[in-house]
Amino acid sequence: MMQFMLLFSRQGKLRLQKWYTAYQDKQKKKICRELITTILSRKPKMCAFLEYKDLKIVYKRYASLYFCCAVEEGDNELICLETIHRYVELLDKYFGSVCELDIIFNFEKAYFILDEFLLAGEVQETSKKQVLKAIAAQDLLQEEETPQGFFEDHGLG
Amino acid sequence: MPAVKGDGMRGLAVFISDIRNCKSKEAELKRINKELANIRSKFKVNLLSSNKYTEKQIGYLFISVLIEQNSELMKLIIQGIKNDLVSRNPVHVNLALQCIANIGSREMAEAFAPELPKLLISGDTIDFVKQSAALCLLKLFRTMPECINCAEYASRIVHLLNDSHMGVVMSASSLIEALSKKSPEDFKGCVSLSISRLSRIVTSTYTDLQDYTYYFVPAPWLCVKLLRLLQNYPPPEDPSNKSRLLECLEGILNRAQDAPKSKKVQHSNAKNSVLFEAISLIIHMDSEPNLLVRACNQLGTFLSHRETNLRYLALESMCLLATSEFSHEAVKKHQDTIINALKTERDVSVRQRAVDLLYAMCDRTNASEIVAEMLTYLETADYSIREEMVLKVAILAEKYATDYTWYVDVILKLIRIAGDYVSEEVWYRVIQIVVNREDVQGYAAKTCFEALQKPACHENMVKVGGYILGEFGNLIAGDQRSSPSIQFHMLHSKYHLCSISTRCLLLTAYVKFCNLFPEIKPMIQDVLNTDHNLRNPDAELQQRAVEYLAMSKIASADVLATVLEEMPPFAEKESSLLAKLKKSKPQQEEENAEKEKKARPSAVMANDSSSSTGVVSGSLVDVDTAQKEHTLSDVFQPSPAAASSDRSSVEMRPASTGGDPDVFNAVDYLKFVTKNNGILYEDDNIQIGCKLETRSNLARLGMFYGNKTGGAFTNFNPSILAGGSLGVQLQVQAKPLDAVVGAGAQVQQLINIVCVQEFTKQLIMHLQFSYHDKNSVQQSFDKCLYLPIFINKFFEPTEMASEQFFNRWKALSQTVQEAQKIFPAKNPMEKEAIRTKLAGLGSKLLDDVDPNPENYVCAGIVHTQSQQIGALVRLEPNTQAKMYRLTIRSSKDTVSKQLVELISTQF
Repeated sequence: MMQFMLLFSRQGKLRLQKWYTAYQDKQKKKICRELITTILSRKPKMCAFLEYKDLKIVYKRYASLYFCCAVEEGDNELICLETIHRYVELLDKYFGSVCELDIIFNFEKAYFILDEFLLAGEVQETSKKQVLKAIAAQDLLQEEETPQGFFEDHGLG
Repeated sequence: MPAVKGDGMRGLAVFISDIRNCKSKEAELKRINKELANIRSKFKVNLLSSNKYTEKQIGYLFISVLIEQNSELMKLIIQGIKNDLVSRNPVHVNLALQCIANIGSREMAEAFAPELPKLLISGDTIDFVKQSAALCLLKLFRTMPECINCAEYASRIVHLLNDSHMGVVMSASSLIEALSKKSPEDFKGCVSLSISRLSRIVTSTYTDLQDYTYYFVPAPWLCVKLLRLLQNYPPPEDPSNKSRLLECLEGILNRAQDAPKSKKVQHSNAKNSVLFEAISLIIHMDSEPNLLVRACNQLGTFLSHRETNLRYLALESMCLLATSEFSHEAVKKHQDTIINALKTERDVSVRQRAVDLLYAMCDRTNASEIVAEMLTYLETADYSIREEMVLKVAILAEKYATDYTWYVDVILKLIRIAGDYVSEEVWYRVIQIVVNREDVQGYAAKTCFEALQKPACHENMVKVGGYILGEFGNLIAGDQRSSPSIQFHMLHSKYHLCSISTRCLLLTAYVKFCNLFPEIKPMIQDVLNTDHNLRNPDAELQQRAVEYLAMSKIASADVLATVLEEMPPFAEKESSLLAKLKKSKPQQEEENAEKEKKARPSAVMANDSSSSTGVVSGSLVDVDTAQKEHTLSDVFQPSPAAASSDRSSVEMRPASTGGDPDVFNAVDYLKFVTKNNGILYEDDNIQIGCKLETRSNLARLGMFYGNKTGGAFTNFNPSILAGGSLGVQLQVQAKPLDAVVGAGAQVQQLINIVCVQEFTKQLIMHLQFSYHDKNSVQQSFDKCLYLPIFINKFFEPTEMASEQFFNRWKALSQTVQEAQKIFPAKNPMEKEAIRTKLAGLGSKLLDDVDPNPENYVCAGIVHTQSQQIGALVRLEPNTQAKMYRLTIRSSKDTVSKQLVELISTQF
């Protein structure tokens, strides 16, 4: 089971975090800090797997972004690497050659796509078509709705 | 900006006027924060219940990111989710499910776990909702394993493996993988379904599965999951299942040989992920020598693959293959490649795997070569892995030593090249072995002497050298080059460079020299007599100097020879090094220990059932009460007067199965669960006190018998009943006592106890003696008392941080590992009183670990001779209901249960 997924930039800025098990905020910060430092200091040809406490860390760099997952002792590292890749492909397909800025400005979409792909730390749907279909259905619902709504109703527009 | 609606703006007007009225910037900020908090809390729920998808979606995202577990809003949120779950729009249902899975709290589990299985197996549910429902249920199961009634839904959940939608099969197999660990029996139907599903995928071509093919590999995620699921079960017994599974595994191994269908790394990763999982399953089955050897050969080709990832994984998998008797030899064929990896890999994590593998594949035939290579590598090894490597080298050298001179050489070399990383355990161990093995003592003395002659030598070398020369320096004193005075001067030349503790050790070595070599006694006395020893500010050092000096002056040669005699051999026990290595990798090794235990037939059991007298007395006891048992035992025992040497020996008599004999302190002995000293029993004639000291799995119980009468007790005979299984679980040895206890006297008896295995019964003292009552009539005292020996007395406190605690806690999530009890408070629920009792338990009371400050958590390791059992304690008081909930998790179910029983009596 995946425990968490982190996305961070080459400058060490955290761009997305998804925790599938409960950690306290203090621990989350510590884990992020430690992993970001460790991974950024590793050289390109090094192995993509690390041991961290009793977890296995699987990471991969795409352009300026690092994708980093923590899985448990018995989990399969290679398939986790491809889970990362499939997520990148989904982002890529949705945004059209995704870049860091897409994720910064549309972070909620990045989360929605992740929720369709992974749930409870397990892969829910590996078919690219199915995931994108679900996201497209969401987008369609949004477009159908008038731009006015809750915010206006509550005097916040 | 849209037109402002009048009503909605009243709050805003108030808000603005509030801000205007603020006197300072701080006040302004405070008001704004208050408003923000208001908005936030209103916001989430309102958004959630909105009919507009956009708002609902943002509301859910908001909740899953920002919600606090104990928020009062939770009730409202749960209601909102409930509404969405029954929505006709599947997209809304899905949002709700995702939210449950993202939060996954106990409250969520209680609210939704009963509903989800129905949604999951209903024919009306559409596929993608089923997928979410399965994983959502999995999440709730992880939060609260008891929330799902497995037996009721198992077979229908298992049948989801036959679903035509691959995504549903995928999600269902994740769920089943987790549930089947908890109740394997309920889910055993998944074995044959997984095998047939797997077989269909493995034999398909990549075009068959369309969208579920990933870079020409058919459904790799599902394959990995199914292979993983099969590892929860023993190899299938049914012949057709078995042959089908073997075909799959062979098929996967065959495909590894095929030319790649794509040059992309994704293709090879996906293909190999399935291969590695298949190899894991082959290792798990451990029954197919042919497949194991093929797996090993396949991994062998990866060892020199250009992909670092594959080399890493191959080394890791081979570690497991090395432990199987079928593939151990096949792994050894790759020894050179693995040693080469140690030398040439540029990534430390890969080198670490190579070290692990060398350790795993080491046996008598290759030990000398592997140890030599590891020693060479140690000189340049990364600091982060040195200590572990030192331990491993030390263990291998000891385990596979045929010639102990080799062992001594290895350890001294370890100290020379990595002295800073040689822990106490390592150098203690080499001394123990040298002391215990006469054949190596001379050699050890000679090598230590030579090592100390080198200009730079590590302090640990001085320690070992000091101890060994102090004991066995005489064995090399015949040689002019290592005469007594040379030995002494050489040791003393290091003295001033060493820490206090090492100097203390050296002083002992010196005084031992006084005995070994009387001719250099004056030199030694001069050294002891110096101010920096005699008046050293360190009390221990000063005391040694003063005492040793006085002893060397006053004591005669005979007395000196006796006092300073060679150390007796150490008791042979499990190497402390292994224990240390286990500590650094607790889970893994514990599992191994568990496996070893399974493999070993339990010979101890035979002990108490085969004793025929035991059976006789046992069955007789069942017929009647304790009194009869006593008279019977008197028959079997020699009479106390006749055999005084036997007095207070430990009887290995099985206690009645029905219960213990009448015990006179049965009411209050439990007070000793959380304290170690006190009065065990008192009446007009005798007072019995006890004082307990424990250290790891050893306990020393001091019993104090006070005679309160004006006459002597005669035929005084305390004996200990360690009946039934207790006889093998605890080794008890009581010091014999005089048969007479004078009037008004108090005598002390020491009882040594070794905890061999965990135990649940209570040791009983059976005390008999004769005394004269007030009227000078002879009476006899004959009573049984529970001794204050409980499993928690063998607790060693463990300090751990919150994160570590919860990781352990989670790791012990099987239901059998947990024991829980909810009980009413017997005493006032005062914080300090609770803390004192928990502290008295022997485990470590941990602060700042539980998110709820009202709760108490403790951690400790129960030490027994055969194993160490970690145990975590959580006590949740509910002051309103005056109840407690106590939860114990430990690696041993019996320990969890016993601890719950004991601790729940205390509050």
